[in-house]
Amino acid sequence: MADSTDKKMGMSMKHRILSVFATAWFAILAIIIIFPVFAGLLASFRPGTELIRKGLSIDLDVSTMTLDNYIYLFSGNADSQKYFMWFRNSLFLTAVSVVGTLVICYIVAYGLSMYEYPLKNFLFFLVIATMMVPFEILILPLYKEMITLKLIDTTAGVVLPGICGASTVFFFRQYMTGLPKELLDAGRIDGATEYGICFKIMLPITKPAFAAMSILCAMGAWNNVLWPMLVYRNASKFTLPIGLNTLLTPYGNNYDVLIAGSMFGILPVFIVFLCFQKYFIEGMTAGAVKG
Amino acid sequence: MKIKKFLYSQKAAPYVFVIPFILSFLFFWIYPLCSTITMSFQDIGPASSEWLGFKNYAKLLRDPTFRTAIANSFEYMLGTLILLIPFPMLFAVLLDSRLVKAKGFWKACLYLPALTSVVISGTLFRLMFSEYPTGQMNVITSALGLGTFKWLKMKATGLGALLLTACWRWTGVNMLYFLSGLKSIDTALYESAEIDGANAWQKFRYVTIPLIKPTTIYVLTISVYAGLAMFMESFMLWAGPASPNNIGLTIVGYLYNRGIQKNDLGYGSAIGLVLLVIALVINIIQLIANGTFKKEER
Repeated sequence: MADSTDKKMGMSMKHRILSVFATAWFAILAIIIIFPVFAGLLASFRPGTELIRKGLSIDLDVSTMTLDNYIYLFSGNADSQKYFMWFRNSLFLTAVSVVGTLVICYIVAYGLSMYEYPLKNFLFFLVIATMMVPFEILILPLYKEMITLKLIDTTAGVVLPGICGASTVFFFRQYMTGLPKELLDAGRIDGATEYGICFKIMLPITKPAFAAMSILCAMGAWNNVLWPMLVYRNASKFTLPIGLNTLLTPYGNNYDVLIAGSMFGILPVFIVFLCFQKYFIEGMTAGAVKG
Repeated sequence: MKIKKFLYSQKAAPYVFVIPFILSFLFFWIYPLCSTITMSFQDIGPASSEWLGFKNYAKLLRDPTFRTAIANSFEYMLGTLILLIPFPMLFAVLLDSRLVKAKGFWKACLYLPALTSVVISGTLFRLMFSEYPTGQMNVITSALGLGTFKWLKMKATGLGALLLTACWRWTGVNMLYFLSGLKSIDTALYESAEIDGANAWQKFRYVTIPLIKPTTIYVLTISVYAGLAMFMESFMLWAGPASPNNIGLTIVGYLYNRGIQKNDLGYGSAIGLVLLVIALVINIIQLIANGTFKKEER
């Protein structure tokens, strides 16, 4: 009897020590991960010329820190106006992408999950097939196509090629196959049309899927660089990532705006993440389990 | 009236719903794919195009820069497979155990880098890998007595910088994939393994690994694609598509150089298609080796 309690005590002691080590390990990992952003944040309180001369490193000396970069960023001068133009463009592009993508992908996934018809499986196979080709391979022909279609330098040109994103369709379809089909028949008996059922009955109960996907799409659109960089030519249409990238020259004196603007640019995504963390993770990992 | 009635029928409705996909599939997938295949056999001029047959591909075979690009992309991809699959898996197992406190907080911290745009993360890492002795990486290596490096001017350290940036951004994301895979494992299996006297390692080896295989395959698949198609990370670290001795040149980087910057759409298309074939072949081999097709037959 006494022996087994001793053993249990030993186990719980061992468990506690292991627990301290495991938690400490994640604390170290978290510090390493946060390190670059923290260094960037500290640098944003110092003149940009220091960054060019010294590179980025942790410097905790508070006496050399000023709010000058942020004051400059919000001063309303030419640089500041340019920055907030990029910011607005990014917000606009994000809003258009999210609304467009969600509506289109919801409709398509609805068609792929709520009915039985001959071509259904074949169409779904095509959705999966599009995932097998990396987007980067299509940038050249798409770029040429956008020129032909006169969509270069337009938001439509940026948004349209990705509007029916396979992974978003996949997620919606996954979610909707789990919904009760009896609702469709109930709606039909009540005299609703097929489209009425889609938008008035089924859409409200798909809300959680919308929440997860809207956040994921928004983050993707906010951070997207390569394709918008090719489509937008006019500097007045640049989004935040494209604009910040133009500041990355060794000669410019724009590192003030670059570093403060980068830090301020993370802020919106960060706030959304803190509020909707659950949906972020749900949306992101949805494809992984079923594979 | 008849048409309207037909469109509202239960038979026609699903086809109406999938029209956006069919349009997007035709215009933004099939058409560009076919067009890039045709272009790869042509010399695309501003007014007219000339049919070249396999000349672009023959030129690619002899192009030493392309070989550098392929080697770089492969090394990067292999590096991400080695660093970004086993470690995130172990972290996920650890985080899933009862040992770790404040799980939600660590998850959020590790996910943070995925929120940043590649432009911002690339800029931060570019500045940290600065060749000045005051750059963060040089501060660390000098403190360790290793001296300072011109990180972004040498092949090995350049690849290291790319891989470190990749690890920083994706460790948390991959860990979350594995965590969600672990959630789907029935805890009863661990209990019965415990009754059979399995220790922690045996439980990991004989219960966890086989049962999170679908997640592992998923992560492996996206890592192969993302690794081979990597471009923006290198574009940001070297502040543009050019790097000293092409140490940061990737396949897509070369596609961008030729196709967009030099406006040689034919040669660029050939590069893209070689990449596509490589990616598909690797993935099919990987899926066969992992028995994915067999499982679906069951």
